[in-house]
Amino acid sequence: LIYCYRKPKTKRAKRFLEKREPKLKENTKNAMLIKGGNANLTVTEVLKDIYAVKKPFAVLYKKKNITRPFEDQTSLEFFSKKSDCSLFMFGSHNKKRPNNLIIGRMFDYHVLDMIELGIEKFVSLKDIKNSKCPEGTKPMLIFAGDVFDVNEEYRRLKSLLIDFFRGPTVPSIRLAGLEYVLHFTAVDGKIYMRSYKVLLKKSGCKIPRIELEEMGPSLDLVMRRTHLASDDHYKKSLKQPKALKPKKKKNISHDVFGTTYGRIHMQKQDLGKLQTRKMKGLRKRPAEKSAEDGGISPKKSKPT
Amino acid sequence: MAALRVEEVLAAAEEQEAEKRRSVTVEKELELEFDLGNLLALDRNPPPAAGLRGAGPRREALLRALARDNVQLLVSRLWELPAERAGGAGGPLVAQLPEPTFRLPREKPPPRPRPPTRWEQFARLKGIRRRKKTSLVWDEQAKEWRRRWGYRRAGGDPARAWLAEVPEGADPEEDQFARLRREKRERVARNELNRLRNLARAHRAGSAVPAAPLHPTGHQSREELGRVARVARVSTASLGRFQPRLPKEPAEPPSRSGGKKRRFEPLLGNLAAERSRQLEMLRDMGSKKPVLDITRAVNKQLRQEEAEAAAAKGKKKQTQRGKRGRRQQRVGRSGKKSGARRQPQQRPPSSSMSGGKRK
Repeated sequence: LIYCYRKPKTKRAKRFLEKREPKLKENTKNAMLIKGGNANLTVTEVLKDIYAVKKPFAVLYKKKNITRPFEDQTSLEFFSKKSDCSLFMFGSHNKKRPNNLIIGRMFDYHVLDMIELGIEKFVSLKDIKNSKCPEGTKPMLIFAGDVFDVNEEYRRLKSLLIDFFRGPTVPSIRLAGLEYVLHFTAVDGKIYMRSYKVLLKKSGCKIPRIELEEMGPSLDLVMRRTHLASDDHYKKSLKQPKALKPKKKKNISHDVFGTTYGRIHMQKQDLGKLQTRKMKGLRKRPAEKSAEDGGISPKKSKPT
Repeated sequence: MAALRVEEVLAAAEEQEAEKRRSVTVEKELELEFDLGNLLALDRNPPPAAGLRGAGPRREALLRALARDNVQLLVSRLWELPAERAGGAGGPLVAQLPEPTFRLPREKPPPRPRPPTRWEQFARLKGIRRRKKTSLVWDEQAKEWRRRWGYRRAGGDPARAWLAEVPEGADPEEDQFARLRREKRERVARNELNRLRNLARAHRAGSAVPAAPLHPTGHQSREELGRVARVARVSTASLGRFQPRLPKEPAEPPSRSGGKKRRFEPLLGNLAAERSRQLEMLRDMGSKKPVLDITRAVNKQLRQEEAEAAAAKGKKKQTQRGKRGRRQQRVGRSGKKSGARRQPQQRPPSSSMSGGKRK
């Protein structure tokens, strides 16, 4: 903050700027949900549901914004800079691309990846009359389908979806609170996204038996256009600073059986001057010392 | 007999265990990949395409069964993590999650180390360290603890100071209050100037410091203006071919590389010039005495003199600094980097000194 052109004059402004500057360990990514100039009811409902899933790490823009993300990205970048959001979802609808949803992410406030998905079927949160899980639950993510690894575009889509729905990174989690799961299946050129509420039932052993209950938004998506970052740009964004790498502990090794070995480095010792246990019986009696008699063996002292 | 009984008992126990676990085991062709830090599971098995083709409740049931199996596997893994009871014996069971392994791109580039400011360099050289100051100071006048600066500070509000002593040797007619106000204004201005200078230095050093806001009133450097003008000229539909030139702009466009690239003569050009050049080269190669290039010799001599002068100045500074400075210097000198860094720092002042000597 020393190198800001306009130094903040209040502590509050300073905290605001510090939150937004690049850090070693980054904040949770925020998402902005934007409606296009011709967004229809379906797309609006989808954005509202995703906002409910991603609260409080999302901003839902109420007004329609007449932009075309695939042609001109400056408007999106401006929004991202103003609201400090690095993920976005843009919904629009026209005759050529009905029920269009563009999901994307930014790096350094410039668009990194953008994938356009078409919504074929949508069942919203309020259409399924079930109990829902609380807001802000960290969801479990499951991707089924070999095409998520084989196809490059699907791989990027998988990475994007994980980034989008992941939520904050936590060191520990309450096991009873694992309630929400998002399941993505890719088959036949379509991607099925389903959200389930997890019920943990008693089983004979410690691990509970899982029963699922459909809840939440379910989408049938089909991949349309993509705008992916070039490989070296993507690699640059993946780069983590060295300070985050876990430090290796020296002088500790493990063997096959799980035993931990430690290594201690000692200085050179004079073995004659070692402080050992005093065994009085072994001490030379003054008479013996003067005589230096090797015949008399010293008395054995009892171990105490 | 007893051995047989023992075996039977063990087999029965195993059967019971398997029974118990049947409800939570899932059979899969390929093992799933797990990233427990992200609560993520990746299933590589191809889903049953035939069943999922027809729309309707059958598809939903199939998807739900697939999801149930995958979630069961993920939950089994999560339950195997080391868990403890948070908040005493009655608290909820909490599992320690490992670090996430799936590589995701960052939001912003990692922060770059910024170059130290002029004061930071000086402090490092002298070995000055920050002393933590107490937040409150005892005010004798008010007989209480007041803050060091700000609202209701310890020395009283300086704007309402009703007495300004005339220092010795000052003009008795001078307005002391005006002098104090003027000096404060000058101090503030000097501070701001130094801060902007630090910013400019950091920008020139090439760290990620924004340069654009550094020129609010339009005083841009000559190179920057030239570059911008060049780019603007070429940004037309016909790439600048029909752009009228400004009055003092050079007629032919200066080369984009600034004349650094090697230029070669055309192959079938001036035959006489080529001939004379080749003969001259042969003559120089064949002669016994080495050929003297005057300009290069003079430049080399000047560089040597500059280096000597800089070394002498450095030594003089070192002896003047005293024990602390020398200790600090020695620590800094051991690294290769500090030596390389010192070179460009020392050259500019000495080049300005011997600027008059050059042709």
